[in-house]
Amino acid sequence: MRFFEYEAREIVRRAGIPVTDFGFAKTPAEAREIAQRIGGPVVIKSQVLSGGRMKAGGVRFADSPEEAEAHAQAILALEIGGHMPRGVLVDPKAEVEQEYYAGVVWDGTRKLPVMIFSPVGGIDIEQVAAEQPEQVGRRHISTILPLSDFAAKETIARAGVSGGELTKIVPILRRLAELFLRYDMTLAEINPLGRLPDGSFVALDAHMEIENEARGRQRELLLELGVDPTETRQAREATPFEIAGEEVDSSDHRGVAGNVTEFDGNLGLVIGAGGGSLTLFDAVRAHGGRPANYCEIGGNPSVRKAAGLAKLVLSKPGVERIAVMMSIVSNTRVDIVARGVIKACLELGYDPAEKIAFFRIPGAWEEEGFKILQKYGIDYADRSVSLNEAARRAVEKIQGANEEAVR
Amino acid sequence: MRVDGTFIAVEVSEQAAADQELARRLAEVCPVDIFRLRTAAAESGGSADALEIVAENVDECVLCRLCLDTAPAGAVKVIKLYDNEALLA
Repeated sequence: MRFFEYEAREIVRRAGIPVTDFGFAKTPAEAREIAQRIGGPVVIKSQVLSGGRMKAGGVRFADSPEEAEAHAQAILALEIGGHMPRGVLVDPKAEVEQEYYAGVVWDGTRKLPVMIFSPVGGIDIEQVAAEQPEQVGRRHISTILPLSDFAAKETIARAGVSGGELTKIVPILRRLAELFLRYDMTLAEINPLGRLPDGSFVALDAHMEIENEARGRQRELLLELGVDPTETRQAREATPFEIAGEEVDSSDHRGVAGNVTEFDGNLGLVIGAGGGSLTLFDAVRAHGGRPANYCEIGGNPSVRKAAGLAKLVLSKPGVERIAVMMSIVSNTRVDIVARGVIKACLELGYDPAEKIAFFRIPGAWEEEGFKILQKYGIDYADRSVSLNEAARRAVEKIQGANEEAVR
Repeated sequence: MRVDGTFIAVEVSEQAAADQELARRLAEVCPVDIFRLRTAAAESGGSADALEIVAENVDECVLCRLCLDTAPAGAVKVIKLYDNEALLA
């Protein structure tokens, strides 16, 4: 779950990290009052959960409270990336000598948080890492062992920062890491962290995300920030297709057959199992396939539920065929999924052998599953065929069919 | 009585279907609700419970054999339509 910038800044402030004297306004009049209190040039920033604010005109500079009010009025009416702003953040226009980057993110590969620091801030850290890798310091930290200043110091020093700067930034990065751990975050980022003419440092912008599943644990923080418990904070509203996917999943308590995300391709995917969905989705794309959707199936859904998901995917405009693929399953049964997807085809009046481009689910009850697949003439494979190869075959099948149609 | 799904068929002998205690046990043991009790029609008095095979649930059969273990041998048959009508043994 993502926080708005004004919320992230508040979290940073509470942790004792210096921030500017910012204020959050929901109306132009409030923006004017805050600008008056600040008493100098200010920046008015749209509070939307979307990137590209500057380009869209959602960040403007004002030299007077009157100008701040006018800018706030314009920004509050400005839609960015399909989102209307929650309000505006009014921030003193700080005189900054240098911008730095400080962040803590979750490293899914190492399954540990990693502290990241760079003396090149104000731009995407990915860009810095690609263009000036020597300017980026990284260090993984434990989620169990106590956090030390040394870890922060090592991270910053690896980016080539030393002396007084190093000493001043260490507590900022350490506190940021503490926030990350305390609040079950997946991202805690200060970008830019500005060095002011007097040598002090201040957080000029902050981005934070917490695990969705941690919302219950972090209820107190969310209440303090005024976050409505019903807010989804998704990057975009769910499409009717995705809502229908949720309905399929919630229609039956057995297993999972949902978590659907819509894409605009022609190959429908019924995929899952232990990270299999992400792997297979990527593999399909790597082989030049165009997925029509992402989804997750697992936990042994009923035949009806598997059929419901397959029918939804098959009914999506533009879907020519579906690929039914999973990692090796243990509790999910191959035969049950096979029955579900075949049933979906039959109920929609399709020949399963035609509509199912490829079926690759090895594991529990595969002997029964393979008998069903054979009966309906479906192209399938056992565990001797890798996920990557299965994805390739599915893509080849749909592309081959299209080439045939062109001829 | 026999009800065919797409993949599975379930058959219960007339004698077994008429056994109210067996019907109750079948409805109880089936994890996917293939069997249920319904009050018999008025012509049979309206008070007795009769066994019904729930057509929309037949394909949900997980081949667990609990119905076979509950009923006398041969009274209930689970037939795999995708496997040349092989009986679940």
